[in-house]
Amino acid sequence: MAEIAYDDVTVTAEAAGGDVVILRGISATLTEHRVCFIGGNGSGKSTLARLVNGLVSPSAGTVTVDGLDVADDGPAVRRRVGFMFTQPAAQLVMPTVAEDVALSLRRLVTDKGERERRVTRILAEFGLEHLAATSVHALSGGQQQLLALAGVLATEPAVVVADEPTTLLDLRNSRIVSDRLLGLDQQLVLVTHDLELAQRCDRVLVVEGGRIAFDGAPRDAVEHYRASVTSP
Amino acid sequence: MRRSLPLGIYRPGSTIWHRIPAGPKLGLVVLTSIVVVTLPGPWPPCVALVVALGISQWARVPLAAVWKGLRPFLVVVAVLGAFQWWQRGWPVAVEIVATTVALVVVATTFTATTPMDRMLDAIVRGLGPFRRVGVRPEKVALAFSLMITAIPAIFDIAHETREAAKARGLERSPRANLSPMAIRVVAHAYDTGAALHARGIGDD
Repeated sequence: MAEIAYDDVTVTAEAAGGDVVILRGISATLTEHRVCFIGGNGSGKSTLARLVNGLVSPSAGTVTVDGLDVADDGPAVRRRVGFMFTQPAAQLVMPTVAEDVALSLRRLVTDKGERERRVTRILAEFGLEHLAATSVHALSGGQQQLLALAGVLATEPAVVVADEPTTLLDLRNSRIVSDRLLGLDQQLVLVTHDLELAQRCDRVLVVEGGRIAFDGAPRDAVEHYRASVTSP
Repeated sequence: MRRSLPLGIYRPGSTIWHRIPAGPKLGLVVLTSIVVVTLPGPWPPCVALVVALGISQWARVPLAAVWKGLRPFLVVVAVLGAFQWWQRGWPVAVEIVATTVALVVVATTFTATTPMDRMLDAIVRGLGPFRRVGVRPEKVALAFSLMITAIPAIFDIAHETREAAKARGLERSPRANLSPMAIRVVAHAYDTGAALHARGIGDD
């Protein structure tokens, strides 16, 4: 598995009344196969995930993936780290299913024939081959999220970061996407409100007020989070 | 779920229009557009429109798809036509309306018969010689494809904004319709940028 290291990371954002601290002094090293961030809305867990492939830059401290600094080696890190958004439609930028996967492959595979073969193979792996020529906007939410994952995996990343990938899905699609994610060989960094899904990971970090409030075994972490929500 | 507009949607097929390589086909579209726009009088664009419709049928693009592609432009074309008729007479009005409709049909046929991937390759190849003057063909090609795919997204945002304004009884308020739409279009552009960044597109 890859090694993702946060070293004394602080993230601030400009706001009308002055800078707002989103994350403060985060230090953690993630080497487990499936790592999960849970926490309330606005706790900073999505920012923590977005740091991993440079969608957000630290205001202080460093984030590295296998020793590569995300701030200095952004392109190299992004070749190793794939990212899935909550809203799959935001991630799909080409008109049709096949064309969106092909876009992911353009950097890696220059031969057109080989690119088309790989697109066909990837879509078949995800059961989307019959939708190859369909508009990405005509897919269901579950199909869009599966396509987003297919687009991410097309580049064969070492790490997949998924920011609340099941939040907008119904129960059936949520299960399909969850099972797919948890079945990946790649290291998975997951942000979720689904505590059942969190408990299926190897390590869970609870994020509260921009800090890591708990870091440990899934069952204990979920219990901590539940207690923090229900306590006055 | 988003509504989909046919402009920008590839429809697989085996007609000659599907088999012509993307580069020459794009050149043909540009050439046709120049000829249609520069020829004076109402009849050349009318002939071009009939030919464009004929080619769209030859390419097996369903008439319903052509109609869907045209529909969003109809109000603008109608207003433009009426204004030109009033100001400059019917021949100019017919010329402008027929030219616009013919070009939309040509564009719809082009995008319906050309996969985006091939289109990007053709643009990158075509702009290759301009690398030495600082042009980045990959980025131009990506911008071109994003422009095409943004059209349905912007129509959807406009539709959703109208519905939201209507739900609050503000359907006649330009502010309630335009301000949220402008903000959401910018947000959409930002999201698209984040998605491309996350996929490492544009890093090279």
